[in-house]
Order: sequence, then C-alpha cells, then structure tokens
Amino acid sequence: MRARLQGLIIPVAGLIAWEAVVRLGLIAPNLLPAPTQLLGTVGELLGTGELLQDIAISCTRVAVGFVIGAGAAILCGAFVGLSRRAEALVDPTVQALRAIPSLAWVPLLLLWLGIDESPKIVLIAIGAFFPVYLNLVSGIHNVDRKLVELGEVYGLAGVRLIWRIFLPAALPYLFVGLRAGLSLAWMFLVAAELIAASSGLGYLLNDGRETGRADLVIVAIVTLALLGKLSDGILSAVQHRSLRWQDAYHNARG
Amino acid sequence: MPAAEPLLQIERAEKLFGSRRVIDGLDLQICEGEIVSIVGPSGCGKSTLLRIIAGLDRDFGGSVSVLGHSPQLHSRDVGLIFQEPRLLPWLTVAGNVGFSRGRRGRDDPRIRELLEEVGLAEHATAWPKQLSGGMAQRAAIARGLFTQPRLLLLDEPFSAVDAFTRMRLQDLLLSVAAHHGTTLLMITHDISEAIYLSDRVLVLASRPAQLLGEVRVPLPRPRRRTHPMLGTLATDTMALLERTGTTSSSPSHGAESSDEADEATRHSDGEP
Repeated sequence: MRARLQGLIIPVAGLIAWEAVVRLGLIAPNLLPAPTQLLGTVGELLGTGELLQDIAISCTRVAVGFVIGAGAAILCGAFVGLSRRAEALVDPTVQALRAIPSLAWVPLLLLWLGIDESPKIVLIAIGAFFPVYLNLVSGIHNVDRKLVELGEVYGLAGVRLIWRIFLPAALPYLFVGLRAGLSLAWMFLVAAELIAASSGLGYLLNDGRETGRADLVIVAIVTLALLGKLSDGILSAVQHRSLRWQDAYHNARG
Repeated sequence: MPAAEPLLQIERAEKLFGSRRVIDGLDLQICEGEIVSIVGPSGCGKSTLLRIIAGLDRDFGGSVSVLGHSPQLHSRDVGLIFQEPRLLPWLTVAGNVGFSRGRRGRDDPRIRELLEEVGLAEHATAWPKQLSGGMAQRAAIARGLFTQPRLLLLDEPFSAVDAFTRMRLQDLLLSVAAHHGTTLLMITHDISEAIYLSDRVLVLASRPAQLLGEVRVPLPRPRRRTHPMLGTLATDTMALLERTGTTSSSPSHGAESSDEADEATRHSDGEP
C-alpha cells in the first residue's frame, strides 16, 4: 500500500505543476490545456456521445484483430514448436516476414483491402501475431524433457500429450507473448486509425491535430493509455490466476 | 518372500549405444512379492535397464518379459518412480497422484487413501512448489502406486533427499509395498539402503552391465536398522563392488564373484 502511495507522488506533483504553469500563463492554453480544462473537454465529448463511440469502435478493432492474430499465432506456433518438419517448413518464412517493419504493410493493405475495417484489423492481427508466435515456439522448445517422458510413461501421445503436458508447460511463455501482442495491437490500432479512419481514438488524435485542438489530442492519448492499461490488467489477472502454480520469484514476493 | 511365478524375466539382455555395449548378456528374474535392489558403479547401464523394463527404451537385444508380455508404456502393471519427484507443477498434489486418470481421476477416492498412506492428506490441494523434497517424493510414490502396479521400478528414488528423510521414506516405501503386495525393483547407489530394503541385492559390473554377483538378505521383516547382519552384508556387497571397476570385462570373474556371493549368503545364514 505504501509503495502504491509512493508511486503517486510524481504524477500528482506533475499534474499540479502542469496546472500551475498553464494558469500562470507560462504556456499558451491552446498548445497545452490545463488538466481542469481537459476535464471540460472530456465532459463535452461524453455529452455528445462521441468519446464513448470512439472507444467502442477502437476496442472492437483491437479485440477482433488481436483474437485473429493471436489465434493464428497459437496454431502456427504449436505446429512449429511440436514438429521439426513444420519448423523447417514454416519458421524461415515467418522469420523473413518478421523482418518487415509492420507499418510497411499499410500501403499494401490499403491497396488490397480498401479503407474500411479490414485493413485495420489485418494490420492489428499482424502486429499481435509475432510476439505470440515467437514466445509460444520458444515455450514449447523449453518444455522439460523429463515431464514429457513422464507423460509417455503414463501412455500419453499425440493430442493428449500436447494437451496435458506441452500446453500447460508452455503456458507461462504464451502469456508473455499474449501480453506483448496485446500492447502491439493497441500500437497498430493507432497507426491504422491515424492513416485512414473516420472514427476511433486514432481518428480523434488526427481530428485534434487538424482542427488545432490540443485538448482533443491529449484526451485521446490519455484514453488510449487507460484502455491499454485496463486490457493488460485483465490479461495479467487471467495470467496470475492460471499460473498460480508457478514457482517464481514474483509469486513468492507477493 | 519369493513366490513361484516370475514377474520379471530377463534373458541375455543387450543394449548398444552406437558401437558401445552398455548391457551385455544380462539375465535377471524377479518373483512376485520380492524386493530387489541393483547396485553398481555410475553409468553402468542400470538406469538404461530400468528404462527398458518400463518400456521407455525399445531398442534392445535379448528377451525381456514383464508378466509374460514384452515391456510396454502405460502398462498398469508397471509403475516407475524417478530420482526426482517429477511432479507436474501445474497440478495440485491430488491431481498429480491421479494423473494417470486425468480429469476423471480428480474425485477418485483412492487418491485420498494414498495421500493418507504417505502422510500428505492435508496437502491434497497444495501446489508442488509448496512441498519439501521429501514430501514431493512421497507424492511421487503415491502417484506410482495409484495404478496399482504389480511391479514398481524405482530409479535412485531417495538420492536427492537428506539422510533423515531418506530413512523415513525407505520405511514408508516398505510399508506401502507390503500393504499393496507390490514387487519392487530399485536402483540405488546406497549399499546400506539396498541391504536394508531388499531380499536380494544384485551387483552389476560397469559398462557393459553384467551381473557380477548377488547378495541375499535372509532377515525377517520388519528389520532393525541396527541389526549386525546388515553391516556384514553391506561389507560383502562392498567387496563385490570393489572388483567392478577393474575386473568387470572378463566373464570368468563374474562367475567367481557369484560364488563369493553365495558364500556370503551361507555365511549370513549361519548367524543368529
């Protein structure tokens, strides 16, 4: 509890300093509105329903893109991790595609898929795919050979061996990948919405810039931060619940 | 004490790793209800032998028959306990004990019985990380007995725990094996452990593994750890083992040592 309060010192002091600097006229309010002014903007956006609508649209895009990307990554990662043949066949291609900075896909996706929802979702899925894939493959490669042997002693093979030994043993790695993938999904959402969108939080960012309203930009930034933190918090809670068994330094601490 | 039916019958077993011969012409017979230990130098192929009997290693020569069948994985008749507990960290203690039955095994009343027997009843819902080394190995013993195997194979089961825990685990093993009528075949580096637990102690030569001699322990159970004969027999076993490093390759030495083992047995029989 004390540590939590300590963590609040810098943000609270920062907010007070920010408010003071703007009120004293040291920075033009149209470039950096004071926190209290931002609250007004939030109220205004909530009143028109615009903010909630943007949040809903952005969250939907992230959720759909993340589920598609992570799902594909789990399938590919499981095959590549479990089968040497699949690894030899698939992994070099995936590694080569990984070398492409994901944003470089955007023009191509726009050309192929138009400017509606699909290019955004595909971009988010691409962003989420790689961390999940890489972590799952390395998780499966790191499964303790002795535990696999134990499974074999008890007659497990094929799907049952995967389900009862490999999957739970690789779960800690999978969660690391899922959390990294989710944070990339938010990043690519913003990229996609900045480039071509007429709704969503990325659009709000762009709109604020074009109309010279720094308050809209800051509200969008803070909202994105909160949503990112919230979604990661949910995933982290699931992770801790699923990995209670883990004998890790972090669990022992607290 | 040995009954008529041979539970495990090994004839001229051979195992090659590449061109290296690790087991050579090994004969072994174990009857129902016996407790047999195998001692021998490190890396003499003992663990390989156990893996063959458990069905984990299928690439061997000669004939191995467990209850009249060739060794197979997931035979309910054969259980295997490793040097480390090998509990699955993501399952509770009860989940590990009932592992062979999967989810359906969760509410199996036998889990509770076995946990009580090994003194872990209060830890049924604990995670393996919460157990000490000795408790984890007790859970592994309970898991090994869950399928009600007729033959339980143990690969240096107590070598990773402290001396005091080891004694308690040895007595626990003896009592549960007696209770379930389980035949035990154990590999160990600890000669006094082998003598204390077993009806017969087999001494293997180092690579390639061959039977060098056998020490019978004709003491009734329950045994006292302080019984003087245990010490004498341990010395006899030690004498057999001392030859293994230098004189293992010649078969004639093997025969000689067997005679010596018989002598040791006769010698022991003579004592009160």
